[in-house]
Amino acid sequence: MEWETVIGLEIHAQLATKSKIFSGSSTAYGAEPNTQASLVDLGMPGVLPVLNKEAVHMAVKFGLAIDAHLAPRSVFARKNYFYPDLPKGYQISQYELPIVGIGHMDIELEDGSIKRIGVTRAHLEEDAGKSLHEDFQGQTGIDLNRAGTPLLEIVSEPDMRNAKEAVAYMKKLHALVRYLGVCDGNMQEGSFRCDANVSVRRPGQPFGTRAEIKNLNSFRFIERAINHEVERQIDIIESGGTVVQETRLYDPDRNETRSMRSKEDANDYRYFPDPDLLPVEITPEFIASVRATLPELPEAKKQRFITQYSLSTYDADMLTQSRDVADYFEAVAQGCGDAKLAANWVNGDLSAALNRTGIEIANAPVAADAFAGLLKRILDNTISGKIAKEVFDAMWNGEGDADSVIDKKGLKQITDTGAIEAMIDEIIAANPKQTEEYRAGKDKLFGFFVGAAMKASKGKANPEQVNAILKQKLAG
Amino acid sequence: MSDPIHSLSLKKLRDGIHAGNFSVMEATDAYLERIANFNEELNAFITVTRDSAQAQAVEIDNRIRKGELDGAMAGLPYALKDLFCSKDVLTTCGSNMLRNFVSPYDAHVAERLKAAGGVLLGKNNMDEFAMGSSNETSAFGNVRNPWDTDCVPGGSSGGGAATVAARLAPVALGSDTGGSIRQPASFCNITGIKPTYGRISRYGMIAFASSLDQCGPMAPSAEDCAITLNVIAGLDARDSTSVDRPVPDYTATLNDSIDGLKIGLPKEFFAEGLNPQVGAVIERAIKEFEARGAIIKEVTLPNSHLAVPVYYVVAPAECSSNLSRFDGVRFGHRCENPQDLKDLYERSRWEGFGAEVKRRIMIGTYALSAGYYDAYYLKAQKIRRLIQQDFAEAFKDVDVIMGPSAPTTAFKLGAKKDDPIAMYLEDLYTIPVSLAGLPGMTFPIGFAADGLPVGMQLVGNYFEEARMLNIAHQYQLSTDWHTQVPAKFA
Repeated sequence: MEWETVIGLEIHAQLATKSKIFSGSSTAYGAEPNTQASLVDLGMPGVLPVLNKEAVHMAVKFGLAIDAHLAPRSVFARKNYFYPDLPKGYQISQYELPIVGIGHMDIELEDGSIKRIGVTRAHLEEDAGKSLHEDFQGQTGIDLNRAGTPLLEIVSEPDMRNAKEAVAYMKKLHALVRYLGVCDGNMQEGSFRCDANVSVRRPGQPFGTRAEIKNLNSFRFIERAINHEVERQIDIIESGGTVVQETRLYDPDRNETRSMRSKEDANDYRYFPDPDLLPVEITPEFIASVRATLPELPEAKKQRFITQYSLSTYDADMLTQSRDVADYFEAVAQGCGDAKLAANWVNGDLSAALNRTGIEIANAPVAADAFAGLLKRILDNTISGKIAKEVFDAMWNGEGDADSVIDKKGLKQITDTGAIEAMIDEIIAANPKQTEEYRAGKDKLFGFFVGAAMKASKGKANPEQVNAILKQKLAG
Repeated sequence: MSDPIHSLSLKKLRDGIHAGNFSVMEATDAYLERIANFNEELNAFITVTRDSAQAQAVEIDNRIRKGELDGAMAGLPYALKDLFCSKDVLTTCGSNMLRNFVSPYDAHVAERLKAAGGVLLGKNNMDEFAMGSSNETSAFGNVRNPWDTDCVPGGSSGGGAATVAARLAPVALGSDTGGSIRQPASFCNITGIKPTYGRISRYGMIAFASSLDQCGPMAPSAEDCAITLNVIAGLDARDSTSVDRPVPDYTATLNDSIDGLKIGLPKEFFAEGLNPQVGAVIERAIKEFEARGAIIKEVTLPNSHLAVPVYYVVAPAECSSNLSRFDGVRFGHRCENPQDLKDLYERSRWEGFGAEVKRRIMIGTYALSAGYYDAYYLKAQKIRRLIQQDFAEAFKDVDVIMGPSAPTTAFKLGAKKDDPIAMYLEDLYTIPVSLAGLPGMTFPIGFAADGLPVGMQLVGNYFEEARMLNIAHQYQLSTDWHTQVPAKFA
């Protein structure tokens, strides 16, 4: 019999504010432990939280981008539990009245159809610190640098039906938050992480009992973890057991999930409104001012690229995966005047070089204007596309801009008809046998002559001119 | 012979310093000497900051001489309840949990007083984490009432009240969550004001119940309170609940007329529960106001009988969460040889907190638990709004409300120690005001038949502190109750 999988995701996006959500400490990643923890972050007696307005701005921006209802009044609540990396003994979060209400995201399925995934809510909260178990024998170190970092927890409806949909949703959201500039999306540093609620059922039946899988911090892991969890649940049910509601941790090394705590062990968090913070009031004027800062969103940008630059859907899709790539492309396209050529190169050689070196496009050694400079030299026949690859590699290695590389290496294309004719005359004279065979009808030998001409010119002869002159001379 | 320094009001102290009659050092030493003589008996201070007070006095004398410091508080000694964080000074909150806690920073009010040139004499004893009405829950021993050392001084700001009553400091800062300034001030024959919630920043004041806690001055007179309030009131960006509203000069309107003042007497405050001896003193004082041209009207606060039960849901709920940070991990008491994390938490908290604090954490934890939240916390919040509306209704007819600050005079040490409900009822008349967030004050109006002082509670509308201080000051201009000091401490 058939099984249907039901998946809902809770995504924690770390907001890209400079300071923490309730204190002035820096949120920069990777500092020495406890050097970015103020009195407030340490939960010292007597300290009080003060809301970072930038975090509210970012949450509203996100809400607008998913077409969500924005609460005119939202409330911070305390989630009470004891843990050493939670200095106050409670986490400030939002519970009954989150800032972002119901919204949605559309994802593209493998067959090209569009599926709408509901977003239940998104709320602001502070992150906890980190417990470090490795470096202290028999003891645990606490690093509170992360404590108080602003998070937006984005909760989806249980609308996804397989791991691929979950990944598509997560990728879409990942692109969106980076587009909006509200999250750097760095999954390795934990800026964008995901918990998945997974259950299985017979189609048409009510939802099955779900397990929550924690700590999914890569697209690959989430797919594998969900698939593994689905198999585990089906195995249990098919062998006569019942799935228990629990929290499970995914272990990527073993590709398995294991139980962290059952529902019975779950904390009673004793949520109540935080009396230290006033409700967050959002006015229509504030919403309008945030709306004015919204960038063009990925879908709109993709459609514009297709119409404005006559790009294929594939190219437009690739170029709008991130705002940095799209911006780079547009700068190159406008700089060189040929969008199609720009798209080919950005999606081709540039993308390959970035992947090979692991460099972000924003830090690419060849900036967009320099790149446009290179493509201009193809367009004005200074170099061929093939030579351009050599020039690009040199530019990537820091050997200067396109013109100076071309100049230094003497890569300028030979377009002097006389020079090409002389060269071809020599080649024909030196290869009487091939000339005779070609003239006798062995057309395939044309490529041999082209190759010889290019070799003789060290690749610099203009290929179109070589073709034309060769055709004419070989015709005799 | 001129008056001794400890008998001077804040204003006269300041004038004496500026006229060069005595130095800041002399004033400081005069109080330090009194503390040395009397604190053993009263136990009003947990920490006396003798060395830093003298160092501060030297510095302030210099600055005053150079003309660098000219504020209303410049050179004036003061004491702080031991829940105000004081940089590099022990800040215990009256608890074993913080017996070893030296604060790394100054509370907002401590900062303000320091900047104004005040001299910190020490930190006052208090009920543990401000939970109590007799100062008997302190881990540092009970405080004695200077008017009868077998009696409690009230609480939780009992140390500050006893300090001012015995003139061991000219002013002390207390905190009031359900009556913790007003009840002890009433028991000790001094003036104390709990301003409107949000008027003074709570930053650095160790929280008991965040939605109720408010700092305020305790001093012999309304004028002293006004001078101090001028320094500590106002917006602080570090406390989101502090209110952005101009701070008037509270001393400027002290001499305004109170002719035609409409005083409301809530009938519920004169019903069963009020000790008749106290009631008699209150009624006499009301007549004095009437004789001065005030119009007396009866008002009703129909939900006030629910205030104590509501308070004992809301305040414990908030404290159960506020006190979670005392877990033995980063500061405060940590048990010996914890076996594991759970043991560390449980024993550190078991050993660090006293019985009353544990009782309230338990009540609050229960009230917030799944399945009980709606029935307790949410319902309490709804009634809290009704109580607020009661006051709003009353203030449509009257300018201020008056009544007793406490149902009794100071009671004997130990008399109510084992009866929490009787202790909770001590705050019967102060709690409704706290729940509404309104400003409330108390000022001395005489002595009951048992010879112990009685305070009048005066409640104003939101941010009406200036009017309240004006009314009390006018009363104090023609009476001398507030200048009376127990013979032993004169």
